[in-house]
Amino acid sequence: MRRRSELTAGRLAANAFAYGVAIFLLVPTALIVPMSFGPDRYLKFPPSGFTLEWYSAYFSDRDWLDATFFSLRIAVLTSIVATVVGALVSLALVRGRLPGKPVFELLVVGPVIVPNIAIAIATYLVFDGLKLTGTTLGFVAAHTALAMPFVVFTILASLHRYDADLERAALSCGASPLQAFTWVTLPQILPGIVSAALFAFIISFDEPVISFFISDLDHRSLPRKMFEDIDYNVSPTLAAVATVLTGLTVLALVAGHFAGRGRQASPGARRPTSGN
Amino acid sequence: MRAAAGGAELRTGTGNGEHVGVHELVKRYGDVAAVDGVTFGVRTGEFLALLGPSGSGKTTVLMNIAGFDFPDFGRIEIGGQDVTWTPSHKRNLGMVFQRYTLFPHMTVLDNIAFPLRMRKIGRAEREERARVALRTVRLEGYGERKPAQLSGGQQQRVAMARAVVYNPEVLLMDEPLSALDKNLREEMQIEIKHLQRELGVTVIFVTHDQTEALTMADRIAVLDLGKLQQLDTPKALYEQPTSAFVAGFIGETNFWPAVASGDAVAGSELGVTLEGGERATVTAADAIRGGQKVKVAIRPENIRLSKDGAGVQASVEEAIYAGSITTLLLRSKGPTLRVRVGPDGALGEPAPGTPFTLGWQTRHARAYAA
Amino acid sequence: MKARPSRFMLGGRTYSPAASLLLATPFLLVLMLAFLLPLGMLLRESLFVPSFTVEHYRRVFDEPVYLRVMYRTIRISALVTLISLLLGYPLAAMMARTRGLMLNLLLVAVLLPLWTSVLVRTYAWLVLLQRNGVVNDLLTGLGIVDAPMQLLRTEGAVVLAMSHVLLPFVVLPLYATLRAIPDDYARAARMLGANGFAVFRHVTLPLSMPGITSGCVMVFLLALGFFVTPALIGGPQQMMLATLVQQQVTELLNWPFAGAIIGVLLLAVLGLMIVFHRVIRLDRFVGQA
Repeated sequence: MRRRSELTAGRLAANAFAYGVAIFLLVPTALIVPMSFGPDRYLKFPPSGFTLEWYSAYFSDRDWLDATFFSLRIAVLTSIVATVVGALVSLALVRGRLPGKPVFELLVVGPVIVPNIAIAIATYLVFDGLKLTGTTLGFVAAHTALAMPFVVFTILASLHRYDADLERAALSCGASPLQAFTWVTLPQILPGIVSAALFAFIISFDEPVISFFISDLDHRSLPRKMFEDIDYNVSPTLAAVATVLTGLTVLALVAGHFAGRGRQASPGARRPTSGN
Repeated sequence: MRAAAGGAELRTGTGNGEHVGVHELVKRYGDVAAVDGVTFGVRTGEFLALLGPSGSGKTTVLMNIAGFDFPDFGRIEIGGQDVTWTPSHKRNLGMVFQRYTLFPHMTVLDNIAFPLRMRKIGRAEREERARVALRTVRLEGYGERKPAQLSGGQQQRVAMARAVVYNPEVLLMDEPLSALDKNLREEMQIEIKHLQRELGVTVIFVTHDQTEALTMADRIAVLDLGKLQQLDTPKALYEQPTSAFVAGFIGETNFWPAVASGDAVAGSELGVTLEGGERATVTAADAIRGGQKVKVAIRPENIRLSKDGAGVQASVEEAIYAGSITTLLLRSKGPTLRVRVGPDGALGEPAPGTPFTLGWQTRHARAYAA
Repeated sequence: MKARPSRFMLGGRTYSPAASLLLATPFLLVLMLAFLLPLGMLLRESLFVPSFTVEHYRRVFDEPVYLRVMYRTIRISALVTLISLLLGYPLAAMMARTRGLMLNLLLVAVLLPLWTSVLVRTYAWLVLLQRNGVVNDLLTGLGIVDAPMQLLRTEGAVVLAMSHVLLPFVVLPLYATLRAIPDDYARAARMLGANGFAVFRHVTLPLSMPGITSGCVMVFLLALGFFVTPALIGGPQQMMLATLVQQQVTELLNWPFAGAIIGVLLLAVLGLMIVFHRVIRLDRFVGQA
């Protein structure tokens, strides 16, 4: 009995604390959602009414829309490029006799380890010289490099989970290496590839630091535009934008979860350094 | 034991020619030679088992035949053609893997039809032949299922159907039964054997399970440390092992250290002084010189026990009852020996301490140079 | 001996060195353009402009202003790491004990913030902490303070928001480590007479050290180079390294000096990686959970 009470006392306190932390993690963002529907000029909780004013402000503002569509385009392209590039190098790492493999492995983790501010400043320096700032190519290249570790880790994980004998079986059935890959390997690692593509999309779409530096006056990403607005005028329109952005992230995560379902391909995993 | 290499008459399906030839195969991984100069031939329609402990190189040999690995030295021939460097998908082999390796995203029927599809065979014929193959392995009606919905034994049968549906010349099997439980394994051994006879296909079967090899194979190639130790029929392998390793690896054997009294060529009689001082007559398995140390191998079931007479003496240490047989552990002047006796032998269940005189036929006691 | 017939495939499913390099080429190009080349050029600026000199690096350590920023960056990062660990450990430990729906909910609670834009999370703190924001409303409403306080542009606010943003990075590796510890160890310790705290102190805590180190190194590393949150929540008095660099570049166009600061930051990161490379399981950032 003594043991039982000791368990409940200690554990209960620890559990209560842990739930508190979980709530602490969720609350700030969660509060923004109802506030974005409130009419108050200064965001209040609970909101004093209901209005879609800030959403209509967002969707009718040329600047916001330009930034949103620019970011969407970059994110979609990054997602495609990063997934293809990442899948190819993953195959080389797992299946190939890659000369200088340790160097490649180091390069893969590089963009997670090097602080984003360093990459951002450096990219700004070079892209400015190459006239790549504010260009789709510049953004996609920078975001692809940034997303690479997460794409490669995800695809590597699914390649490692995949039973290599399946491909041998296909070859023994007379399939050429290319046929074996398309008919057998690809369907097996597809969930991992879809997850990787979604990661890359979110990483690019949310990326604030590099975007801050390589945007120009006419071509700003959504995070860059948000950064400016937060810095200069905290209008409730931002709450609406934040809600839309969060909604999109949740959507991508849910999609990733379903893509990976049944083969437990990393339903959420870790955030990149876009935390900077 | 080594079939003649590279004869022009060795075409597929022609007489008793060599169907698959492995010549001087060497494969190194770093400094370690996984396969170290292995040569053997497989006859058309033969069921050959590659048997050995883990690390013996048996799987490496199979991978080289399959084209999943390439040798550092040596040659692989199939039907008289040098295929050493031919990509695996162009060797027209069938293969059954350890863990079934059915494609999980395809139905059973699609799995079996896959090799036909790769051979550009039309949909209708594909389906027809796949269904026939499915019937051969007694799984009609399972064609629309996904592999995950089948039991282990059923999956292995589908894997076999997939491996034979395109009538490959040679069927390779890499420990295909090791994932199954004991009863199912024995059932499948017989089934595979029947299928092989029915199809007349040449089979190369890798296993570490000697019972499996003895039960199924026409001939067994025993490998150890990357070298071929012996290639023979199961009976010859069991009764006339040519090395102490094979004698110990196949079946159970008592080894009794001894010293040869005179010279002997392989196969002739040899007098020895056994460890413990007693003298006995055995068969020399190698060429032996007088005074040389040898190991005498005698199988537990080949030792006869009698109550009297002159000869090697031993006493019962323990009797282990196991239903159809009883194993006796006997304390001799040399090592402790295992002897197998039948259930209703005249001996009954001897009590510990009971003395016996040991006897054996000369051909059953084989001396190997130690 | 004959040559291999295929230049691209070895043994059916192994790609030859040539083919492997070909597959890795696009990756190499992207990293060249957007990672290696830029970093190289920036470090060149810091060391070779106008000609070889360590003057820029010396300046980082000579001027009290910059030393203060560096000291503040390290202090805030250490504080954020400590708070993240103290908040994260109990959560990770509970997650390791939980199964089923509750575990999924908790995972969502950790993963959702992780994947939500850092700008959104920073903005949320901005809204909560402003003079007439939710926190001040709450404090005055409860009578804890008489008038709304200045919460933004304080070091406390920066630390709070950064801890919130970085917390998942310590929870996830800890959760993975704790989850992997078999229950039998704790049971055995109990059987041998250890009470709840002794089990934690002598069994769970030592076994979870790799997760603690991995999470803390990651958080500290990210905090050192953090840009968005300190820039928006903090004021000039809370300036951290990243903001300093940004000013040097966008306002003063002093590339060599910015390069030197980044160089120092990279050295610190490199040092951390070398010391802790064994415990940082980068694959955890994606594969598990």
